Amino acid sequence: MTVIANILIVATISFGTIFVLVTAIGLIRLPDAYSRAHAASKSATLGVMSILLGVFFHFWLNEGYFNSRILLGIVFLFVTGPVGGHMMGRAAYLSGVKMWDKSVRDDLAEVVKKKREQKK
Amino acid sequence: MAFQILLNVIIAVTWMFLSVSFQPTTFIIGYLLGLFMLFLLRKSFSTRFYLGLVWAVIKLLILFLKELTLSNISVLLLIVKPKMPIRPAIFAMPTVLEKDWEITLLSSLITLTPGTIVLDISDDNKTLYIHSIDFDNVDEAINSIRDTFEKAILEVSRS
Repeated sequence: MTVIANILIVATISFGTIFVLVTAIGLIRLPDAYSRAHAASKSATLGVMSILLGVFFHFWLNEGYFNSRILLGIVFLFVTGPVGGHMMGRAAYLSGVKMWDKSVRDDLAEVVKKKREQKK
Repeated sequence: MAFQILLNVIIAVTWMFLSVSFQPTTFIIGYLLGLFMLFLLRKSFSTRFYLGLVWAVIKLLILFLKELTLSNISVLLLIVKPKMPIRPAIFAMPTVLEKDWEITLLSSLITLTPGTIVLDISDDNKTLYIHSIDFDNVDEAINSIRDTFEKAILEVSRS
C-alpha cells in the first residue's frame, strides 16, 4: 500500500515539476506576449495543481492527515488560472502590444480600430 | 431544478421522522427513496429530472480535465522543439451561447485547451476573439470547439 502511495506521490509531484519547468523555458523561448501567455496560463496551472495534489496525497496516505485546504487551493487555481491569462492577453492587446511579425491573421484589429474611431 | 433537490431533502427528512431514527444513514436511505419517487414523477415537473443535470456536469468536468492534460502536452512539445514551428493568429468565433455564465465557462474552457486563449468578447456577446498559437485552419478549430465544449455546455444549461 505504501509503495503504491509513494509511486502516486512521486509521479504527481514530478509531473508538476516538469510542467513548471517547461513554463519557465516557454517564457524565455516564445516570441511575443500572447504566446507567452499560453505557456504561463496553462502549463503553470496544471503544474502547480499537480504538485498540490501530490502534497495532498502525501499527507493523506502517509501521515493520515486529510487537509481539505489543499483541495480548495486546487479548485481556486483551476478557476482563476484561465481568467488571469485572459486578462493579461486582453490588457496587452488593448494597450497596443504588437504581435509577432510571423503571425498569420488578426480579426480583432479591425474591431478595436472601429471602436477607437467611434470614441473620438 | 433547485426545487427538485429541495423536495428530495424534504422527503428524506420525512423518512427520518417516519422511522424515528435521526442518523445520517437514515437520511441517506430516505434521500435514495426520494430520488426514486422523483424519478417516477419526473413527467410532472416542468424541468428535467435533476440527476441528468448532475451527469452532464460530471461529463463536462471529465472533458475539461482531459483537454487540460492534452493541451499541456501539446504546448510542451511545441516549446521543446528546436525550431519552434508556430504560426500565431487571432480569429473570430461566433457562439450560440447567450447567458453570461455560459460564455464565461466557454472562455475558461477555451483558454485551458490546446493552443487557444480568449482575448476579447464582443459587446453583443456573440463573438469570441481567440488567439491561437499554432494556426492551421479556422473552420477546423471552430468546429472542434463547437463539437466538444459548446455542446457540453448546452447539455448542462438545457432545462
